[in-house]
Amino acid sequence: MKTLEDLKRLREQVKSQTQLRYEAKTKIIIGMGTCGIAAGARDVMTSILAEISKRKLEDITVAQTGCIGMCEKEVLVDVVRPGEMRITYGNVTPEVVPRIIAEHVVNGCIVEELVVGKME
Amino acid sequence: MEHFRAHVLICAGTGCVSSGSKKVEAALREQLAKKGLDKEIKIVETGCHGFCEMGPLVIVYPEGVFYVRVKEEDVTDIVEDHLYKGRIVERLLYKEPVSLEKVPNYSDIPFYKKQMRMVLANCGHIDPEVIEEYIAVNGYQALGKALVEMKPEDVVDEVKKSGLRGRGGGGFPTGLKWGFTRSAVGEKKYVVCNADEGDPGAFMDRSVLEGDPHRIIEGMAICGYAIGADEGYIYVRAEYPLAIKRLKIAISQAEDMGLLGENIFGSGFNFKIKIKEGAGAFVCGEETALLASIEGRRGMPRPRPPFPAVSGLWGKPTNINNVETFANVPQIINNGADWYAAIGTERSKGTKVFALTGRINHTGLAEVPMGISMREIIYDIGGGIPNGKKFKAVQIGGPSGGCLPENMLNLAVDYDSLIEVGAMMGSGGLVVMDETTCMVDVAKFFLNFTQSESCGKCTPCREGTKRMLEILTRITDGEGKDGDIELLQDMAKDIKATALCGLGQTAPNPVLSTIRYFKHEYEAHIKEKRCPAGACSKLAGYTILDSCKGCSLCKKACPVEAISGTIKAKHQIDSEKCIKCGTCLAKCPFKAIVKG
Repeated sequence: MKTLEDLKRLREQVKSQTQLRYEAKTKIIIGMGTCGIAAGARDVMTSILAEISKRKLEDITVAQTGCIGMCEKEVLVDVVRPGEMRITYGNVTPEVVPRIIAEHVVNGCIVEELVVGKME
Repeated sequence: MEHFRAHVLICAGTGCVSSGSKKVEAALREQLAKKGLDKEIKIVETGCHGFCEMGPLVIVYPEGVFYVRVKEEDVTDIVEDHLYKGRIVERLLYKEPVSLEKVPNYSDIPFYKKQMRMVLANCGHIDPEVIEEYIAVNGYQALGKALVEMKPEDVVDEVKKSGLRGRGGGGFPTGLKWGFTRSAVGEKKYVVCNADEGDPGAFMDRSVLEGDPHRIIEGMAICGYAIGADEGYIYVRAEYPLAIKRLKIAISQAEDMGLLGENIFGSGFNFKIKIKEGAGAFVCGEETALLASIEGRRGMPRPRPPFPAVSGLWGKPTNINNVETFANVPQIINNGADWYAAIGTERSKGTKVFALTGRINHTGLAEVPMGISMREIIYDIGGGIPNGKKFKAVQIGGPSGGCLPENMLNLAVDYDSLIEVGAMMGSGGLVVMDETTCMVDVAKFFLNFTQSESCGKCTPCREGTKRMLEILTRITDGEGKDGDIELLQDMAKDIKATALCGLGQTAPNPVLSTIRYFKHEYEAHIKEKRCPAGACSKLAGYTILDSCKGCSLCKKACPVEAISGTIKAKHQIDSEKCIKCGTCLAKCPFKAIVKG
């Protein structure tokens, strides 16, 4: 490291290592109740994480939640972008994960055909 | 790069390690691997969070859920419920002691709510063994800013303007000290970090060194630039092996990145840091003794002047600051002196870390703005006195400080207010005492400490503390005489005036302050041969109450046959024969024997 610029560059690079502990922007929440797990929530989560690493996305929190009662629509995945509505996707499979990530999480366009609910 | 959806922070400070955090970590690693979660969940070993009473501490992000007293067998629940399914393990949450409500989040816990964690900001949040984590939270930015954008004299001025005072005890203005060393004549100069934390009950420096070692390196390098030194020493006691290990790692990482070494940030400034392990003599916390010890000589103080700023390590101008002082420097450079000076009181700026120990619910580290009341520290942050006991006194400033009674609890704590009431900030150790503590015994404890740590070089300290200790021992043994109190005060005055270094000059403080606020306890020992707190065993008497059923268990247990009485009738203790061993009290099934 030779200049202040080098330090700044390195800081930007490594920020994601600790970012999670301070603040994160977009939230992805996966229904991991018994129903969700039975419907394959774990595979969905793994593919979400894989997609995030593949695209080197930062500032994203992946969290789990319990059953919200729409068990027949599991796996349910919610996406909340800062300042936007909480969008719930139903019947999510690992196959549709890349679409949700690319269209909604990255570009902000809701994947309407998969949506089962919207919350303020 | 892998994306970690959760970070599990495990405290690896000395406190939590001793309560078993390493076992918890091992179990966690094993179970995460078994569940196939190890690629998506990151385990981070952090430094001390300060809430040592509740350790081992485990914090799970992104939620920021705070688990306390986690044991090996709790790990399964954390992994299967929380990390796999996202359900918080309620039974491991911190419970508010009064309402018994569970508090899931770090920031909502009363212990942290009233704190202002600036020096400790990273402790418990970053992995101290990974330099990138420090850089990610703005680390080394202040060093870069100082070297590239500021002249050395501007750095000194900035520190002066901030109002930062030495956190090691004396409270000397840091900027002024830097200025002296800067203007001292000499090509070669040194920066020394005093990490010889020795006050009983104080462990804030250890926690900073263990939890955020890069902050100290950065602070020292900034100081080196400001005063024109190219070499620094950290004098750290050998009893802090974890701190030494992490410092060594941190120094080599900083060297690898070019943050220590030659031509740092292309500014032409060179700086290197060496570690010197102290052998554990309390007197080596005194700056001239410390310097002698680094030079390889016996750790003994010498008269000042000349001050180290003029003639220090190997006769060269040397700036010595305490760990916490250096830890304050980067934020002053980053945020400016005005920002820093806005925190605290008129003459004491910024925050101070206190180590809470003794009879207090939340043993641990608390960082608070200067000027906060003692009551807030002890009750709001410290959670008050355990077992429904009454507060009696708080000892502040270690063996150099004094005891404050209950009516001083509302005192706004800063350097000057404490001096006024006969105590001192010292390193910030707070030992809380309840009604069962005898104040004469406390004075004896601290004097015993300074007496055995006296290096023996000067007579007032070597002989004076010894004689004072003898008098105190006599008083607690029930052999006090009229005039003892006055004699103690007289000797204290002379020792304070004539001892060579800070150790001797402040050694009588605990005696003076306990006489000042608890004279009646001294008088009770001397005149009535009675210890009001029931702590001095030689003065403790035992009495059998009317609730005695006459079971005669005590009579059988008494080793000197001091108890008499017939079966089913109240027994008596012959106080002449009684050797105050307390066996009868322990034996009585009806709690009919009392001490005092």
